[in-house]
Amino acid sequence: MARPFMLGAVAYDPKVVTIWEGFKPWFEAAGLPFDYMLFSNYEEQVRAQLAGVIDVAWHSPLAWLQTVRAAKKRGRTARAVAMRDTDQDLTSVVLVREGGPSSVAELKGKRIGVGAADSPQATLIPLLHLAEAGLEPGRDFEVVRHDVLLGKHGDHIGGEREAAKALLVGRLDAACIIDGNHLGFARDGTLPRAGVRVLAQTAKYDHCNFTVLDGVDSSRFEQLLLSMKYDDAKVRPLLDLEGLKEWRPGRTSGYALLERALDRFEGFEVA
Amino acid sequence: MSTSASADLGGLSLGGGGHLLLRRALTKVEPGERVTVTNGNETLHVDLPAWCRAEGHVLRGNEVEKGTANRWAGAERAGTASTPSADAPPTWGLAARGARVEAGGPHFSYPLHERHEVWSDDAARLYAQAAAAQWDPAKAIPWSETPKLEAEVEDAVVQVMTYLVENETAALQVPAAFVARLHPHFREVMQLLAVQAADEARHIEVFTRRALLVRSEPGLSTAGGQASLKTLLDEPDFALASCLLSVLGEGSFLSLLQFLRENAPDAVTREVTKLAAQDEARHVAFGLSHLQRHASHDASLRGRLASAVEQRHRALAHTAGLNAEVFDALVLLAAGSWEPAAIAAGFRRVQALERDMHEGRAMRLERLGFPRAEAERLASLHTRNFM
Ligand SMILES: [Fe+2]
Ligand SMILES: [Fe+2]
Repeated sequence: MARPFMLGAVAYDPKVVTIWEGFKPWFEAAGLPFDYMLFSNYEEQVRAQLAGVIDVAWHSPLAWLQTVRAAKKRGRTARAVAMRDTDQDLTSVVLVREGGPSSVAELKGKRIGVGAADSPQATLIPLLHLAEAGLEPGRDFEVVRHDVLLGKHGDHIGGEREAAKALLVGRLDAACIIDGNHLGFARDGTLPRAGVRVLAQTAKYDHCNFTVLDGVDSSRFEQLLLSMKYDDAKVRPLLDLEGLKEWRPGRTSGYALLERALDRFEGFEVA
Repeated sequence: MSTSASADLGGLSLGGGGHLLLRRALTKVEPGERVTVTNGNETLHVDLPAWCRAEGHVLRGNEVEKGTANRWAGAERAGTASTPSADAPPTWGLAARGARVEAGGPHFSYPLHERHEVWSDDAARLYAQAAAAQWDPAKAIPWSETPKLEAEVEDAVVQVMTYLVENETAALQVPAAFVARLHPHFREVMQLLAVQAADEARHIEVFTRRALLVRSEPGLSTAGGQASLKTLLDEPDFALASCLLSVLGEGSFLSLLQFLRENAPDAVTREVTKLAAQDEARHVAFGLSHLQRHASHDASLRGRLASAVEQRHRALAHTAGLNAEVFDALVLLAAGSWEPAAIAAGFRRVQALERDMHEGRAMRLERLGFPRAEAERLASLHTRNFM
């Protein structure tokens, strides 16, 4: 028997098992022999894909770029074949306390909280935004990291919550979080109704994608993914867990900010 | 498509309640139609794109185009609120009867999911009656009237109370186990079984308290008595367990509690047995009514009930039945003194009690449709332990 189509995913939360255990029989019922492997960090998942251990990787945006760059060194190419509707057009914001700095320039010399060191949304992209506005991280302001679950590229929101709380109690002058968490933290009470405001918002960027390397035929996987309907009660609970209403064809137009961030802040290459 | 509605957020943030106003406006338009958002707070430009993304709507400027994803596709109602369905599927789960249940939920395994197995048209009425008749053990019993009985009469009361407590405990655990196996679609039956268990909890309380009112320890618990009660806990079939426990056992207890009330040597014993008997009458009534209904839908039920009675009789044949201490205690309570003439009279009254119990069992079995002779035969096979 041929090897099933093998997906790699990072286990940033126990629900990842539920999600892929749920999708596995769905793909198989649709005629695609399917299996998955879980990794504890994206860097190992990138290496496993380059080594041909997995056919498709459910990659963070950082892991996507790590793959693109590592593949290029090997004379290979990577494609983003699909993503969630919720992976498109995200922004991050810089929060300050009411009465705090009123412009980005006033952040000079301040303490700014970010998420995990490898979080595109809570660290790399917001720091790029500030750098391109003329404030060099570490030189013009102090970067305070909240390193929850390093290697998971900020998929866990714990780091952002820690930063928001530290801002509220005055341990930070500003905190960087993704727009969806601004909404979520207001709803769950982490952020009070008054007392915090949005000082800056980044440009739009894209998040995760299913990454495939050249030479791998993922057409059936893509077809099936795009055919999933939220109206279908068999997949709806899984789509809810994964946080989407529909899968969309992959696009690579939303990774420019992160590319610039990687060029600027070094140390994320996967050899 | 053009704008067909608008949502005035009244200055609220989407994370602070504004989403309710927007969601309300969206329920009034079709997928693909738009709602214009006005009067948001200063973070709307951050929150609105994030909210639309998470909810599956498309944001076009300050207009929200309603998405097509529909959580309620494939939802079905869990029957109708007023009338229980013949069969309750596992997907209805814990939903209120008649509620609209989202598709894709968990499957619950309730072995008792068919109406004919459990239902009684009397259940709602009996439940309401039970709820209204809950008495407060602290207030309903004259606990302050401490009995001042002859030592051996007090011992007899303690022994009877000790026996009652273990019987009431079985009577609590049997319905409690079935509550968890019953599909909640049959709400009235579930409620009735739950309140029945609560009744038994009060009986256990007041009998225990009477046992320990004067003495510091309860009396004897026999192997035969416990073996008899264990057969009730071991019966997995709801109909069979109901027949053995409610119709035959609690039916016999109606006579026993009445006897104890009439022969009680003190006010506390009189009150606790009187109040317990009122509750037991409901337990018997429900057992009878759902088994009558069940038997009318299932011709094989009576045969199975008869076999269950016979099997229990065989299983208990080697046991002693009612413990001698309980029997003797009942005689002493009825005698009221150690005078031989009084003992003789007490003995006759306990024999009359046993005839009364037997007659009650036979009469209730007849009400379940057994012919007189068969009802007599099965009634005589009932456990000598009474419950
Ligand atoms: Fe009872
Ligand atoms: Fe009872």
